[in-house]
Amino acid sequence: MRQREQEWAALMRAANSGDGAAYERLLRELSPALRAVARRATLGAGAAVDAEDIVQETLIAIHLKRHTWRPTEPIGPWVRAIARHKFIDALRRRGRRIQVPIEDFEHVLPAEEAAPEFPRRDLERHLPQLAPRQREVIQSIALDGNSIRATATRFGMSEGAVRVALHRAVAALAAIINKAAP
Amino acid sequence: MKTDQLIRTLAADQAPRGPSPGQRLAVGLLIATAVSLLLLLATLGPRPGLLEAMREPRFLLKFPVTLGLAAAAAGAALRLSRPAVAAGPWALGLLAGPALLAAGVAVELLVMPRAAWMPRLVGHNPLLCLASIPLLAAPVLLALFAVLRSGAPTRPALAGALAGLLAGGVGAALYALHCVDDSPLFVATWYTAAVAALTVVGAALGARLLRW
Repeated sequence: MRQREQEWAALMRAANSGDGAAYERLLRELSPALRAVARRATLGAGAAVDAEDIVQETLIAIHLKRHTWRPTEPIGPWVRAIARHKFIDALRRRGRRIQVPIEDFEHVLPAEEAAPEFPRRDLERHLPQLAPRQREVIQSIALDGNSIRATATRFGMSEGAVRVALHRAVAALAAIINKAAP
Repeated sequence: MKTDQLIRTLAADQAPRGPSPGQRLAVGLLIATAVSLLLLLATLGPRPGLLEAMREPRFLLKFPVTLGLAAAAAGAALRLSRPAVAAGPWALGLLAGPALLAAGVAVELLVMPRAAWMPRLVGHNPLLCLASIPLLAAPVLLALFAVLRSGAPTRPALAGALAGLLAGGVGAALYALHCVDDSPLFVATWYTAAVAALTVVGAALGARLLRW
């Protein structure tokens, strides 16, 4: 457990030095742990509360607030604190009080994402609220799977402009989610 | 959007991290305090006889009290801008300013005749004090909220309260440059009331505006 958290910390340190692959790997390694805790936390909350939505909102928060982790401190408590904050917030926005205490990740088996059984009310429904350029860029990268370079070519933008638009789109998405009704 | 797609998108967002929270706080405080100082000079102005007042212990006492409180609040607020970090030693530091003020009040009660206590407590212009400190604190409070919103406070109301306390301390220190009521009795009553009100307002605003 400690070793897993130490690996996460090493990945985050690498990510902070600009290692994009390390960062992607870190997010992929965090997801199953977040998912398992989210599922336990949303037990009995009904179909209106989708654990995967909460996982995604938490990943966005970890992403936007990653500068608040200090490399001299263990990363486990930092991740848990963000997850706990977002889980409670997400459930409150959906009209639910949290039923199950957030447990240490070490006691929960990691869980993989399941294919949705019914249409999920997920992040995509917020995209129309983005500014047009931000929406186009994030759709191209997230949904169409294009690289930044390909997106730049497609819309006649510089790569720098695409990066700026992407960053703003992610931040704007987080703001929309925080205000959104269930 | 599948989580996998989101992860790739977030990994592609390699925006530079920008200044550290401490740097943001320092710059924000500097700029906001300068604005408030200009506000003071443009409206109330420094008190007449400011240089002579600097030889008066009661006048001087106002500054370590207000600035000490502000400094401790700044340290605590900075820590609370990160997830699940407690205020730590700064919590104790918050007591230093009020303790100093309490000592000043004790001395005042000892050296002043009883008949002088109430007049010195009420002072010349308590309402101006109550109105001015929040006004001078306002730019600082705004800057602090901007800084805290870039962080990740998991106790938003407490973080907001500390921002109010910090802004109040700075506003009070600035007002002290104009204020002619030097008695610690006055300070302990009216300055405290203004700073306490700012703390409460900060907590209320924090609960609403510092969510992420």
